[in-house]
Amino acid sequence: MKVLVPVKRVIDYNVKVRVKPDGSGVETQNVKMSMNPFDEISVEEAVRMKEAGVVDEVIAVSIGPQQAQETIRTALAMGADRGILVKTDDNLEPLAVAKCLKALADKEEPGMLIVGKQAIDDDSNQTGQMTAALLGWAQATFASVIKVDGDHAQVTREVDGGLETIKVKLPVVVTSDLRLNEPRYASLPNIMKAKKKPIDVTSPEELGVDPAPRLQVLNVAEPPKRAGGTKVEDVAQLVDKLMNEAKVI
Amino acid sequence: MSVLVLAELDEKGVVPQTRNALAAAVAIGGDIHLLIAGQNVEASAKAAAQYEGVSKVLTADDAAYATGLAENVAELVKSLATDYSHVLVGATSFGKNVMPRVAALLDVQQISEITAVNDADTFVRPIYAGNALATVKSKDAIKIITVRATGFDAVAETGGSASVEAVASTGDAGLSSFVGRELTKSERPELTQAGIIVSGGRGMGSGENFSLLEALADELGAAVGASRAAVDAGFVPNDYQVGQTGKVVAPELYIAVGISGAIQHLAGMKDSKVIVAINKDEEAPIFSVADYGLVGDLFKIIPELTAEITKRKS
Repeated sequence: MKVLVPVKRVIDYNVKVRVKPDGSGVETQNVKMSMNPFDEISVEEAVRMKEAGVVDEVIAVSIGPQQAQETIRTALAMGADRGILVKTDDNLEPLAVAKCLKALADKEEPGMLIVGKQAIDDDSNQTGQMTAALLGWAQATFASVIKVDGDHAQVTREVDGGLETIKVKLPVVVTSDLRLNEPRYASLPNIMKAKKKPIDVTSPEELGVDPAPRLQVLNVAEPPKRAGGTKVEDVAQLVDKLMNEAKVI
Repeated sequence: MSVLVLAELDEKGVVPQTRNALAAAVAIGGDIHLLIAGQNVEASAKAAAQYEGVSKVLTADDAAYATGLAENVAELVKSLATDYSHVLVGATSFGKNVMPRVAALLDVQQISEITAVNDADTFVRPIYAGNALATVKSKDAIKIITVRATGFDAVAETGGSASVEAVASTGDAGLSSFVGRELTKSERPELTQAGIIVSGGRGMGSGENFSLLEALADELGAAVGASRAAVDAGFVPNDYQVGQTGKVVAPELYIAVGISGAIQHLAGMKDSKVIVAINKDEEAPIFSVADYGLVGDLFKIIPELTAEITKRKS
């Protein structure tokens, strides 16, 4: 079975993002970029499935500018076998990304797509579910355990009340949640090896996907700031404040 | 213009977040219909018919919808959606699972987790863990939207008198089946509904130590939450997690204990009315958003705080 894993290049999770003064977006120039953390978890899971003999080939896909190739290299260094760059300078929305992934899945015929449940830049949480819909496949979102069993998989999902387990038919789109695994650090020899692994380059147009956005971003603003920072001396003063000033207890 | 809101059901009936989504529908305007999909939904439908602002309750009663499987529910919503200008659902794990599937089936770009409605096609949504607010205008014929509960005050449970109408089931897609649930049992209020939340982080040191927070929570009638670090460390189950990718909460009072305040955690709680931070590290970022910060050893402070509140209450 092949597994396809999309990996997104996003502003590193440790960076405090700054909104551009003209309200057109956030500052991305000279900002550290990394692989979306949920995608790292997806790559790790796919590689572990390969190591366990459940999967034969792991393909990392990134949709973005030329630099997204670095994100693919990171996935290759973690153990993915080859990469596909869907090169575009447009900022594709989840629906367009899902259409690209559908086109690639039609071609590659993987048994599973493991997609990060959410990208930490636009926080949409849509791409996996949309891809499953377009392919007519089952979906298993917010996964914390994946067990493949013949032509099915049993997936434990993190839901609002706790955990839920479902059984899904393969091929399936799984979206990874935080507790699925702890991604490895790529070793230096593997980083060197990754440089020799192949990366195919295509484009949304070649895949027959219209990259035009459906949502027009009118403005991006900073949220109102909280006036925090006040300290109290001790427990008695804290309780006083909560009872008499804030009146919340 | 007419708005369809997809209700979410649990064992007690329609979940409260559905009424926050209804509030967003009221803000959009037009006729509001509420879709209840599940098995044996009469009682839920009857209760929901009284919700403020709802003109019609649609019921789809089928075992295929009993556990909220996305493949089945999405087909149902798709079969109804073309009669509406907007389709909304609460941004819960159920809504987030089902709605993007509906959107793709309709070739619509979903608008996730809106916190405000500017007009019928312009909405505000947080991005980058709430560090920026994007105002977006949709060009799609149907707007598919998930609603962040903290952005909208829930509509009242009574005051309306909607008609109830059954709709045709779209059946079982045959792609997935339900195996089981392990739900966290608690007598305390649910995190997203609680007026007060006591939350613990890595500083708690162990799962056993959360009993200190539970004692305080019980004294306050509060829910217990946690940071990602505490969940990852196995101190508490995943459904305790507050943050960018966990639950987003905005209680009257949020008490953060032993939580440093990573931006991913702040994303889930910074809209709380009053924030208290208790941490031994006075440089911890959590203090910058706290209305009241107390620097010190939580293992000494929390029992003292619980005792002090008990004393003042009596």
